Amino acid sequence: MTTPSRLPDPYGQGSGANLADILERVLDKGIVIAGDIRINLLDIELLTIKLRLVVASVDKAKEMGIDWWESDPALSSKARRDELTRENAELRERLARLEELGLETRRAQEERP
Amino acid sequence: MTGLRYVYAVCRPFGTPLQAQLTGVGGDPPRLVPHHDLVAVVSHVPEADFAEDPLRAHLEDLDWLTGVARAHQGVIDALTTVTTPLPLRLGTVFRDDSGVRSMIEAREESFLRVLDRLEGRVEWGVKVYVEAERPPEASAAPAPKPASGRDYLRQRRMQTRSQDDLWQRAETFATRLHETLCESAEDSRLHAPQNPTLSGASGRNVLNAAYLVPRARSEEFVERVDRTKDGVPGIRVELTGPWAAYSFAGEETAGKEGP
Repeated sequence: MTTPSRLPDPYGQGSGANLADILERVLDKGIVIAGDIRINLLDIELLTIKLRLVVASVDKAKEMGIDWWESDPALSSKARRDELTRENAELRERLARLEELGLETRRAQEERP
Repeated sequence: MTGLRYVYAVCRPFGTPLQAQLTGVGGDPPRLVPHHDLVAVVSHVPEADFAEDPLRAHLEDLDWLTGVARAHQGVIDALTTVTTPLPLRLGTVFRDDSGVRSMIEAREESFLRVLDRLEGRVEWGVKVYVEAERPPEASAAPAPKPASGRDYLRQRRMQTRSQDDLWQRAETFATRLHETLCESAEDSRLHAPQNPTLSGASGRNVLNAAYLVPRARSEEFVERVDRTKDGVPGIRVELTGPWAAYSFAGEETAGKEGP
């Protein structure tokens, strides 16, 4: 028989519990047992993948912090945009470097009599 | 036919009754199905929702899933105050009590072994966030528009440098914190980082760890976490728990994980 000793007050649970914390535990952790109703592990894993891909409620998934697809250019137009932004930044840097080089060359030429 | 059996957890028989108002999945109060030295905690749930096809369909519905997840966690939480439960994964459903009993029978030894290992222990969750994607100076006063390519380059270099510093600090901090907390814990698990904007939290999650801590040492553990809280600017520590030992129930081999 267990007699729990005093525990500190709960942190981060109750009504303000972080849904991501709860789902992480009840869906991904805990003991996996195949019941009579065969929603097997594969289904649950499929489910979490679907959750991440949710077509129906992307905002909800983002609320839960599930957003990895956003950085995958194959899945996300935002990621493709980011890719463009990155490329753009690279080009700007190259341009700036060229500008600097150009300035130095001109200065060197001007200093020459 | 009184519906199906949704199983939350398996534990040793416990003397303290659960709260009278406690409701579980589908609003059904948790009931006990004893078998030998173990007890399964179950709710009676309707076939219309929990038979194979409806359940599979429901699992695609995030609102439904959220309700079940919270109810599941609510029962596990209540159990944690009176005993040490072995939490089962969400959606473990049997036809009737005898199905539940056969399941216990088949896994009796393994349940008892894991229960012995987890007896009197709880799980604490610790997350570390890097508060800002950009260094605070940059976000407080937006950098002037670069006058030239050279300015632009310099600004970018400075931004990258302080961002790198912050990441470096965060990594060092998280590693040290994990090591410190492992001293007060019997076991630990490192989970994939979250980005829980749901909790209203800002920043990026760089450490998401679970620690198995004896109840008697929980206060000490919480104090350790508290002491680190004001440590480093730009880095935030979040503590959750006590949870049932979700992260440690699935595996039978106990072993300390390195950071």
